[in-house]
Amino acid sequence: MTGTLLFKGIDEPDLHTIDVYERNGGYESLRKALAMTPAEVLHELETSALRGRGGAGFAMGKKVSFLPKGQMDKYLVCNADESEPGAFKDRELMQKSPHMLVEGIIIAAYAGSINRAFIFIRGEYALQAERLEAAVEQAKAKGYLGDRILGSDHSLTLWVHRGAGAYICGEETALLDALEGKRGNPRLKPPFPANQGLYQGPTLVNNVETLSTVPTIIRLGGDEYAKVGAIGSTGTKVVSVSGHVQRPGNYEVELGIPAREIIYGLAGGPPEGRDVKFWFPGGSSSPVLKKEDLDLSYDFDTLAKAGSMLGSGSIIVVDDSTAVVDVALKVAKFYRHESCGKCTPCREGTNWTVKMLERIDSGEATPMDLDIMAGVQENIIGNCLCVLGDSMAMPIGSMVAKFREEFEAHIEAARARNELIEAVA
Amino acid sequence: MAIDPTRVPRFGHGSRVPGWDDAVDLAKDPEGIPDPATTPVPEELRARIEEYMARYPDRRSAAIPALRVVQERYGWCTPEGIGQAACVMRLTPGYLIAVATFYDMLFTAPVGANDVFVCTNISCSLRGADDLFAAFHEHAGEDPDFNLRAFECLGACDLAPMASINGSYVGPISPDEVPDVIEAVRRGEEPLPDRQLKYRKSVDPNAAA
Repeated sequence: MTGTLLFKGIDEPDLHTIDVYERNGGYESLRKALAMTPAEVLHELETSALRGRGGAGFAMGKKVSFLPKGQMDKYLVCNADESEPGAFKDRELMQKSPHMLVEGIIIAAYAGSINRAFIFIRGEYALQAERLEAAVEQAKAKGYLGDRILGSDHSLTLWVHRGAGAYICGEETALLDALEGKRGNPRLKPPFPANQGLYQGPTLVNNVETLSTVPTIIRLGGDEYAKVGAIGSTGTKVVSVSGHVQRPGNYEVELGIPAREIIYGLAGGPPEGRDVKFWFPGGSSSPVLKKEDLDLSYDFDTLAKAGSMLGSGSIIVVDDSTAVVDVALKVAKFYRHESCGKCTPCREGTNWTVKMLERIDSGEATPMDLDIMAGVQENIIGNCLCVLGDSMAMPIGSMVAKFREEFEAHIEAARARNELIEAVA
Repeated sequence: MAIDPTRVPRFGHGSRVPGWDDAVDLAKDPEGIPDPATTPVPEELRARIEEYMARYPDRRSAAIPALRVVQERYGWCTPEGIGQAACVMRLTPGYLIAVATFYDMLFTAPVGANDVFVCTNISCSLRGADDLFAAFHEHAGEDPDFNLRAFECLGACDLAPMASINGSYVGPISPDEVPDVIEAVRRGEEPLPDRQLKYRKSVDPNAAA
């Protein structure tokens, strides 16, 4: 594996304690950053061209630069509500190296002149939340958090806030509502959180992996970091590989390596005697790609050009023993369950998609239903406050488009089965 | 094709049309903020909720942590517990009920003491999670001591098929092992210690555990 940055030394026993983390060079980047001005730190983040690791892939430095300047109540929220099916990279980072995240948050808050920060972690991650809470306490005791950090003018309070189980809270504005103590419903954008976010103040929302990368960028320098990876997709990425592979797990790769190398080289490919049928390159919300696309370079721009997305960097492999309708039904049921119900296209669209897929599976559908279903997906995309509905519409739409013959055969087979049962009865 | 009405299941209220299981009494006035004089609140509960409230610029931000405190104390978000939290936070019980009903991990009805959340999302189901859930359901579905649920992605697709048992991630579990797992939980032991996520030494799936 080339160029491990986040996973370097991650298996060190007790790395989650501050003593071991400091012994391995921890909090040195913070000292370096505090010796610079916030503008210089921001400059390093911008030259690193680091793109957000949560899903949207927005340039992190640019996001910080959107915050209004000057003294006011600004907030930093770390999005640790990792709930995308197929994603488990943040879990690993928080469990193994919580101080790396804490250090990244302190540096990013310094760059944006922010004095209050929260980590919103999903409620299911109990062990990881405990580790983070302990890490925050240890950092406070050492003077890395609190008033006038290490003798500088910068002050920061940081709290770990545990969620209670809702996928929608991974959406940044829904997360802010949940953090304000409301039901997690997304907000209309604009205004974007950088202008009006938490408690109506300017807010920087970033993913765990993005913030965990910040200490590395400061240590190497933005220019040096930008040399790793591909053009437009700098750095390394922790890729979660799951589904039909022999060695599911988290692998840190340099962006721009062929997807085949990740799926076959690192994760061992599908079980003996089976073949890749299709794969989700960026979690269950990304449009599926087929076997022919395995040689694509794994980076933001190439996958976007291929009609899919890198998203959170979670590859789910489905082999040829599985019916595409079953996978589509699982995906659709998940989004139906997690839709918050605020916008009609998503609330109704996810429900009707599930019903139509169930009809296909039970032999009550006709091929015309596939056109109706594709139409429903088109009417969801871009018509809601957030992208939860789109996250179902894009993969379902791509499955129907790419496996239409299989859907039709599934309908035919189910109908024939029903007729046979009726004839026997 | 005519729809056969007998194939459409009935809801809890007897109708085949969805609705609310519990009728709302519209004639009743909504509950106000509980009066501290008539709402006794256990000291430990009050102290923990107030500690959370002090963390945020807006006290309402403590809604989810406060409901978790209530749930830890009473086993679920009981009406009395919600009333007590509302009294401490100076909110209406209705506000907290609205929050509690939104989240999957807050329970507004009594549940068993042992949480078993089986992930049945895509990655786990590709590796047999539906059979695993069926096995759990067969062996513990009727047991009042278990709070068995099919959960959406728990973020442990590398352990698939897996379950979160009393907050601790375990996997992969095969359906044959379910009776032993349930017995271990009944005895108050940690099931399958060699497959607990918290003891895993390396992030590398190729390394020996």
